[in-house]
Amino acid sequence: MKAEKNKLAKNKLIIKSKTENLSEIRDFISSAAGYIGFSKETTGNIILAVDEACTNIIKHAYQYSPDGEITLILKTAKDTFTIEITDHGKSFEPGLIPNPDLKKYLDQRRVGGLGMYLMKTLMDEVKYKSVPGKFNTVSLSKHINSNGSK
Amino acid sequence: MAEFNTSVTDKGEISTIYLKGFLDAHTAPMLENTFSGLIDKNRYSIVVNFKDLAYISSAGLGVFMAFIEKVRDNQGDIKLSAMTDKVYNIFDLLGFPLLYDIFKSEEEAINKFKENKKLES
Repeated sequence: MKAEKNKLAKNKLIIKSKTENLSEIRDFISSAAGYIGFSKETTGNIILAVDEACTNIIKHAYQYSPDGEITLILKTAKDTFTIEITDHGKSFEPGLIPNPDLKKYLDQRRVGGLGMYLMKTLMDEVKYKSVPGKFNTVSLSKHINSNGSK
Repeated sequence: MAEFNTSVTDKGEISTIYLKGFLDAHTAPMLENTFSGLIDKNRYSIVVNFKDLAYISSAGLGVFMAFIEKVRDNQGDIKLSAMTDKVYNIFDLLGFPLLYDIFKSEEEAINKFKENKKLES
């Protein structure tokens, strides 16, 4: 592992809430995760989890309004890589969204909620913090020594 | 901006959709248009070739869920083929193999349609 705190080349990205920006978000995460030394597979999982989080923000918090702001901050501490994603859109209560019964979901062709399920499955920890009317932050964490094991 | 495109080849009653690039919330509407175009032409035997698909998120997976019912109601199917391990793992994680036929190659998917056709006749 070559990464140490504050050594990421770039640890912050502020971007507008447009789906066309998802590719820039993925590139940003890809460079950082690669730099930290995650395997290709784990890097792919982190990229997907962040894409799902940002897609949810664009769809639900900003409801496709393209002028919202999404801030991604990368942190490495105590062998954990964390991506903090903050928006200033509509808040939501993640506790109210249960883990989907996948079989039932697929039978009913329901799509919503799969993104959140993927985030929880692909990352080691997912935390939400919301101050209604002010901001929402979702923190996605991956243990650095869990390289390739997931 | 993410590169994504689709192309369609018709072989008899079977249409194959070829996917290339990155399928996410931004590019998923392009694939929706491709499916809608086939359905408008009453083409319901659809194979999807994933060989050149580099990336898929749940928005992309949702497209397959959105059309499967309509296609099956018309005695057709959407059969998935030639996925890389990376793409297959995401489908697998979300339980898609329970609901969709997934084949190693496009040819196997086409043959499955042909076998079913023979059984019916």
